[in-house]
This record gives sequence, structure tokens and C-alpha cells, in this order.
Amino acid sequence: MADFSIGSILLKTGFFHLTLGHVIMWLIGAFFIYLAIAKEFEPLLLVPIGFSIFVVNLPLAPLVGEGNLIYLFYHYGLEWEVIPPLIFLGIGALTDFGPLIANPKTLLLGAAAQFGVYVTFFGAILLGFNIKEAASIGIIGGADGPTCIYLTTKLAPHLLGANAIAAYSYMAMVPLIQPPIMKLLTTKEERKIRMKQLRPVSKLERIFFPFIGTIVIVLIVPESAPLMAMFFVGNLFRECRVVERLLKTSQNELLNIVTIFLGLAVGSTMVADKFLKPAPIFIFFLGLVAFAFSTVGGILLAKLMNLFLKEKINPLIGSAGVSAVPMAARVAQKIGQQEDPKNFLLMHAMGPNIAGVIGTATAAGMFLAMMK
Amino acid sequence: MDNWTFGITMLVVGMGGTLLTMWFLSLLMGVLKKAFPYKKEEEKKSS
Repeated sequence: MADFSIGSILLKTGFFHLTLGHVIMWLIGAFFIYLAIAKEFEPLLLVPIGFSIFVVNLPLAPLVGEGNLIYLFYHYGLEWEVIPPLIFLGIGALTDFGPLIANPKTLLLGAAAQFGVYVTFFGAILLGFNIKEAASIGIIGGADGPTCIYLTTKLAPHLLGANAIAAYSYMAMVPLIQPPIMKLLTTKEERKIRMKQLRPVSKLERIFFPFIGTIVIVLIVPESAPLMAMFFVGNLFRECRVVERLLKTSQNELLNIVTIFLGLAVGSTMVADKFLKPAPIFIFFLGLVAFAFSTVGGILLAKLMNLFLKEKINPLIGSAGVSAVPMAARVAQKIGQQEDPKNFLLMHAMGPNIAGVIGTATAAGMFLAMMK
Repeated sequence: MDNWTFGITMLVVGMGGTLLTMWFLSLLMGVLKKAFPYKKEEEKKSS
């Protein structure tokens, strides 16, 4: 028989189940929303993530348990590996591969910038994380949110919230993290290097590149197929110029819709009893290490390449090998112009920047292949 | 294989593998450039 006593009714409200942990999580959610609104740090992600953190930490709310609303976003979106590849479809549709095709050497800079991923993977093992956790933490250094989420969901889903937040936070902080490292590793003369204008790229090159890219990456690293296939098909929509409606949908509506589900699903993993542990603090620290080493890797390889190249490349563009597109490329441009205001590095830096996206997905595929 | 050894192996194989993959792709992009060179007419069409 139903109990209508005041005590019973009150116990069915959330008030009597509130803990200090819930309140701390509200504050964390509010902090992310503050960063998004006041500082414009990755607002498209941090607003839904922040609000999701807030609502999933309201006791008794049927949101995250099996069968509940946000659980369904998480289950079908992330566990079923649907959302990150769809985000890649949108990114591919938005990306102009021209600078990369015009200067294929920059692919190597995108690969070198994965140095931080592997160094941090090793560092995380030394700190006591298991191998799968270490891989999912290391990938933060690739500065590619969807890849980080994709890999973490597969290898260490309990770290998803912390990893995703670390990846997106550091991506937003690229203009703060990278410049000191860039200045430390380059001389004034190197920062002043002017690069030859990029050659024009033919339409057929643009159309064939998605095929070549898919064949090479997926044959060598099959595990990267869901991300790479969607990335390149999105780019094919863009370059073939006959599927305008699909292109616009991929670039806008679809990308926006999956971004909402992604944010809510990621935030839902940050419930107090799972999140308030020492691991997220280590993850934030290791994420910073990963970013720093990725920047170092890109710059040092650019300097090394300059020993052999006739036409020198400005090592600053190596730092853009971390995928944060286009923020990292803009930072390279800005630092270059501090030395020479008439030096335009942006388009040159877009090459390694896009290569970084491919490089991070390749690195994720490597981890998955090795850990199967 | 203990975690430490696996970590070092992954660092070397993973980094090397990523570099090799991208290097191979860059080689094929060179072929692409030769196969489909940019023609002046494209410039006129796009303008």
C-alpha cells in the first residue's frame, strides 16, 4: 500500500539524498559553464557538458541509469561508436585539404606531433595507470576531442569525463600553452623564415586525396577506419561539388546535433562517486605534459627537416601538428608575425594542423591494434 | 611482457608506425600531384 506520510514523501525528494560530492560536482559543472560563457573556452562543448554534469548529479533524477534519457545518448552515441565518427564526418566536410596536398611534407609534422601522445602514454604507465588507461590519457596530447573520446570509450570508459574535459580544456588553452615552448625551441632567425607561397591544387587531386588517404591509413591501421572513413567521405562531399545538400548537412545540422549529444553524454559520465577521485587530477597534469611534448615533437622535426631541405620551413608551423584546428595554426601565425609582421604562416601551418587530425586518429588506431 | 617494457615498445613502434604511415601517404601525394597537375583553366573557372 502506498505510504503517504510526510516522512516518506520527503524521502522521495532529492533533498535527503544530497551529498557534498553532488554539490562539488555542481560547482565543477558551473565552472565549465563559466569558462564557456565568460571566457568562450570551447563553448559548443563545455555548455552541454557543464549542464549535463549539473543534472546528472541531482540525486534520484532518472537520467543516467540504464534506459534513462542521457544514458541512451551515452550508450547509443558513444558506446556504439556513432558520435565521434559523425563528428569526423563534419570536420572532413569543413576541412580544406589544399594546404596539406600542396605541401605533403607537412604530413610528417603532423605525425611528429604525436610524440606527446606516446611519451604521455609511457608517463601514465609510470604513474601507475594500467595500459588501456594510459593509452586513453596519452591521446589527449593529440588535441583531438573526438579521437580522444573514441579511444577512451573503447579502452577506459570510466575515464571518459576527465579525459574529454582535459582534451577540450587544453585545446582552448593552446594560445597559452604553446607560445613559451615555441619561443624556447626556436631562434629569432628561425621564427623569421618566410615560406614560399603554396602551389595551387587541382580539382582532381582534391577528389582523389580522400581515396588515397583512406586506402593508406585504413590498410596500415585498420582500427582507425571508423574515424578516417567518415573524415574522408566528409571531405569528398566538399570536394566533389555535386552533393551540396549533403555537404551542408554534414557541416551544419548533423555536426550540431551530434555535438549536443556528445556534450550531454560526456558530462553524464561525471557523477560524483566516480569522478571525485585522484585520477582526474593526474589526468589533467598528464594532459598538459602530452600537449607540451606534442608541440616539442612537431617543432623539433621541423628543425631536423631543415637540415636536409633546400627550401627551409619555419619550425613554428611544426607546433601546429597538434590537431586543435585551426587554433594551433593561428598561434604559429601570431608568433611568426611577432618577429616579422609581413610573414604569413597561417596557410603553411594549416598543413600540419590537418595532418595532426590524421596523425592522432592513426595513433589511436595503433593503440587499439596493439591492445586487442 | 610487463607494463614498462610494453610502454617502451609502444612508444617506439607507435611513433615509428605513425611517422611511416604519414611518410608513405606523403609519397603517394607526390604521385597524385604528377598524375593530376594543376591547369591554368581551373584558375579561370574558379574565378
